[in-house]
Amino acid sequence: MGIENLWMGFHIAITPFNLFVAVVGITLGTIIGVLPGLGGANGVAILLPVTFTMPPTSAIILLTSIYWGALFGGAITSILFNIPGEPWSVATTFDGYPMARQGQGGPALTGAFTSSFIGAFFAIVLITLFAPLLAEIALRFGPPEFFAIQLLTFSSFVGLGGGNPLKSLVSIVLGFILAAVGLDIVTGQLRLTFGFTDLMKGFDFIVAVIGLFGIGEILLSVEEGLSFQGVKTKINPKVVLDTWKLLPRYWRTFVRSAFIGFWMGFKPGGATPASFMSYAFAKRFSKNAEKFGKGELEGVVAPETAAHSAGIAAMLPMITLGIPGSPTAAVMLGGLIIWGLQPGPLLFKEKPDFVWGLIASMYTGNIIGVLMVLAFVPFFAAILRIPFAVLTPLIVVVCAIGSYAVHNSMIDIWYMLIFGVIGYVFKKLDYPLAPLVLALVLGDLAENALRQSLIMSQGSLGIFFSRPISAAITFAAIFFFVMPIITPWWRRLRGQPPTIEPAIGHG
Amino acid sequence: MRTADIVTASVLMSLGCLVFYDAVRLGFGWGADGPQSGFFPAWLAIIMIGSCAVIMIQAVRKADTTPFVTRERLGPVLKVLWPAAVAVALMHFIGLYVASAIYLAFYMRWVGRHSWLTVLLISLAIPLGAFFVFELWFLVPMPKGPLEAWLGY
Repeated sequence: MGIENLWMGFHIAITPFNLFVAVVGITLGTIIGVLPGLGGANGVAILLPVTFTMPPTSAIILLTSIYWGALFGGAITSILFNIPGEPWSVATTFDGYPMARQGQGGPALTGAFTSSFIGAFFAIVLITLFAPLLAEIALRFGPPEFFAIQLLTFSSFVGLGGGNPLKSLVSIVLGFILAAVGLDIVTGQLRLTFGFTDLMKGFDFIVAVIGLFGIGEILLSVEEGLSFQGVKTKINPKVVLDTWKLLPRYWRTFVRSAFIGFWMGFKPGGATPASFMSYAFAKRFSKNAEKFGKGELEGVVAPETAAHSAGIAAMLPMITLGIPGSPTAAVMLGGLIIWGLQPGPLLFKEKPDFVWGLIASMYTGNIIGVLMVLAFVPFFAAILRIPFAVLTPLIVVVCAIGSYAVHNSMIDIWYMLIFGVIGYVFKKLDYPLAPLVLALVLGDLAENALRQSLIMSQGSLGIFFSRPISAAITFAAIFFFVMPIITPWWRRLRGQPPTIEPAIGHG
Repeated sequence: MRTADIVTASVLMSLGCLVFYDAVRLGFGWGADGPQSGFFPAWLAIIMIGSCAVIMIQAVRKADTTPFVTRERLGPVLKVLWPAAVAVALMHFIGLYVASAIYLAFYMRWVGRHSWLTVLLISLAIPLGAFFVFELWFLVPMPKGPLEAWLGY
């Protein structure tokens, strides 16, 4: 059954139009991944309006291809410019940039792209196998289970996000509050509008994504002073083939990193910790541990495999449960709703052509992606040689176009600027942005799941603990929520200093 | 950093109070057919106020003297922000494309000090390109002003 569906998916994914869409998406995505201030999430958000007139399958192929491209693009800036384009590329700079400085830029890039591809491929195979099963199980879920999963989603930001757990909590709550503004669809009452008609429509999360990530990031990078001093590098078929001969000896690293990536990735905020974890493991188990950080190919292979595997895994809860695992997946979920599809486990039953077309396009998209980035690295690297006084206003204009196009409303461009300032301040004060966006997207769904559960139980919270699946998930969520409180206490009990682990970013 | 932390937390806390006020207006108890409209916001407000209070206490206790942003570093940030705000205000009257062209040209000349020829070429090429991609190819309409009206769009 699985094979037939996948076969049907390939028939959809390899039509000339959809292949063309994938090529366009990967080109744009790689450019977006290379540019500072434009990451996967807001690249997808800006281009979302362009897809309104497309068939849904082509639309999702365009958006996912942008995402794959952005994942590949992040490696280019990390290796050649020592600037991680995305948080999950930080670990790639540790060995990638030293390699580039030693004239090994070609092998480093080849290694990075190939590992990305292998990590992605591994994750896609797992998605192909597990997504239908998970969707089948999720069909039996009721409101309490869905609320419990959302609780788990947000608890993992608090428990595993690093940084100050209270600030993660505030970000989540702020997202939910912004989502609550406007009409309450259950009772028909206006909430938090205070008489302003403009607030009645509420805040669109796409505008929030563009402002928080796009404008906020630009403000941060102009503050830090943009200066790109890249290493020039040559890449040709010989370099690629020579590097490919070296790679099989790292098969253990590939397998380990791909697993870490997938395991971390289907939970929110997973890509960044996955890349760091996989780097640390590779260093611990490597025979050349002392060469890590000085330009070791294995140090590029490990984080790239994990990051790309995690990036793909983030799609799993999005297509099976309708709960996105990352801001980028959240934007895609918003797209599904706009295209008239109902995200959730029923998607597999009702729109098999869409789901399997999407899964098949993950294979084709990543194959096209790795070939394109290998062929056109110099072109993509040249983008960073555009003077910043041109890039900065250009990105602002592109963000404005994207924000306006969502609802054809001017007020959204103003919201975008305000969200930009909020993003800048939050980023500086270490309030994570990803949970805010996810809460804004899931706000209505989470609230409805909670209300329906409480109606089912006549107002008792016990319903989350009396049903087996929801009880298990709720306990896991509570564990993550209290983890920041018990960790220091547990350490003291074992006679260790009560230090909190350093933050490793919030992918 | 410390002051900024305290200010941000207090702003968010006031927001929490505002949300709670509205939740009280809507009613946050059990209605005839389930939780009332203010139920979820009320809990959000309580968590928000509580967390912000602890963040403020943490910030007050911490002896952190690094500034949030230095004066010379704030300059470039404002140089992006206020022309952008002016450009958005202009969009209401002259449309997105013309306002973008002015913003691009202004920023490139003022901050980047590029030659007039470069400024002119790029600030015309980008809005024109955007016009073709969005308006004509993908049929996504942008705010337009008198110039586009005069050209017949």
